[in-house]
Amino acid sequence: MARRIRGPSAPDGRSTPLCCLRVTNVTTVTAPSAISGLDELLLTMADDEFVIGFSDSEWTGIAPMLEEDVAMSSLSQDELGHAAALYGLLGEATGQDPDAIAYDREPDAYRHARLLDHGRGDWAMTIARRYLYETADSVRLEALALASWKPLADLVGKLRREERYHLMHIGSWLERLASDDGEGRDRLVTALETLGPHAGTVFTPLESEGFLVEGGVLARPMADLERDWRARVADTFEPLGLPLTPTTRDPLRGRTDHGEAFRWLWGEFTSVRRSDPGATW
Amino acid sequence: MVIDTGAAEGDVRGVLATLPDPEIPVLSVVDLGIVHRVVVREDRIDVVILPTFVGCPALDVIRATITERLEVRFGREVRVETTFEVPWTSDRITPAGRTALRDAGIAPPADPSDMRCPMCESPNVVMDSAFGPTQCRSLFYCRSCRQPFEALKSV
Repeated sequence: MARRIRGPSAPDGRSTPLCCLRVTNVTTVTAPSAISGLDELLLTMADDEFVIGFSDSEWTGIAPMLEEDVAMSSLSQDELGHAAALYGLLGEATGQDPDAIAYDREPDAYRHARLLDHGRGDWAMTIARRYLYETADSVRLEALALASWKPLADLVGKLRREERYHLMHIGSWLERLASDDGEGRDRLVTALETLGPHAGTVFTPLESEGFLVEGGVLARPMADLERDWRARVADTFEPLGLPLTPTTRDPLRGRTDHGEAFRWLWGEFTSVRRSDPGATW
Repeated sequence: MVIDTGAAEGDVRGVLATLPDPEIPVLSVVDLGIVHRVVVREDRIDVVILPTFVGCPALDVIRATITERLEVRFGREVRVETTFEVPWTSDRITPAGRTALRDAGIAPPADPSDMRCPMCESPNVVMDSAFGPTQCRSLFYCRSCRQPFEALKSV
């Protein structure tokens, strides 16, 4: 018999926005309950990794070549593993079941960046999105390397070692497509133009950002990190003659208002969970 | 009652040294360098392991195997936990482990510029893809003996 769904989703389908929860009942001795906003930060990071990992796993079996089939599957597996670890930390900080956080929210309660909301698209779209995301994620991870909450700092140290391979791989694909004379480059430019207005949404300001900076979790505010990221992307894009990332459209809503592409994806990744709530392996 | 915990810890590590990694069975979990801490008590054994990769899908199998084998051998409760407090790095693989990898045709981790073919030892190799059949492996090709091979990622 199926058990009732635990977690933040109410039976009427409305969910408590997790970003508004505060860290209470912290069980880990090292978790400073004074640091508000840890839950908001962890949720945004976990949702980013979960959504991009799940989207790109759609390439398994249909990537342009066998090696890429393997690579994209492996990258996605990494990201889903990172998401699981981050949801795990969030569970530790809030006392919630990590699986319930990952699967039992309604689509509107997810807090991933809108950059990741454009559907799988073609290969150029996938490379463009991943390049923009991986570079942004690496700037964000760098700013968390010395986080005052040790479980997070430990995990970030490990994540950065893995993300290095992602950056290397996607960076070489970006150059390969950009250096192509024909269709590859055209498609890449189109993809960058489509994603551009949402590219900076990984750095959407967090409500509790002030506390995170003050509490020594996040080294610098998101706006600072975004400036660094734009400079780094420009260093790569300019020599390749690629269009620079424009200012973010509707920056304060960069992690809300998810579109149809995400609703479809949500239906996919929650389908097993919804078919038998509470099932265990 | 005095417990000879030193000897018992050695015994536990001895058993762990016979447990293969599920994805690379030529390596034991000890040779892979993932055994971080072993604490032996009268009524319980705690083992702390370091995941090679954050999302390593073999972890549950490793945890279950360690628990089962130690419970059978030592007749007490066994708890296996994971931690990132020390990151697993590829230089934790023991010298015996590196040899076992090479013998199995998998190149031990190395900087790509120092990579050698595990079959003919030629340095004339190219990386085909940083991503291989498991999270911890990359794909290479040897231009000397014209064989593809896998290498453990250097992390």
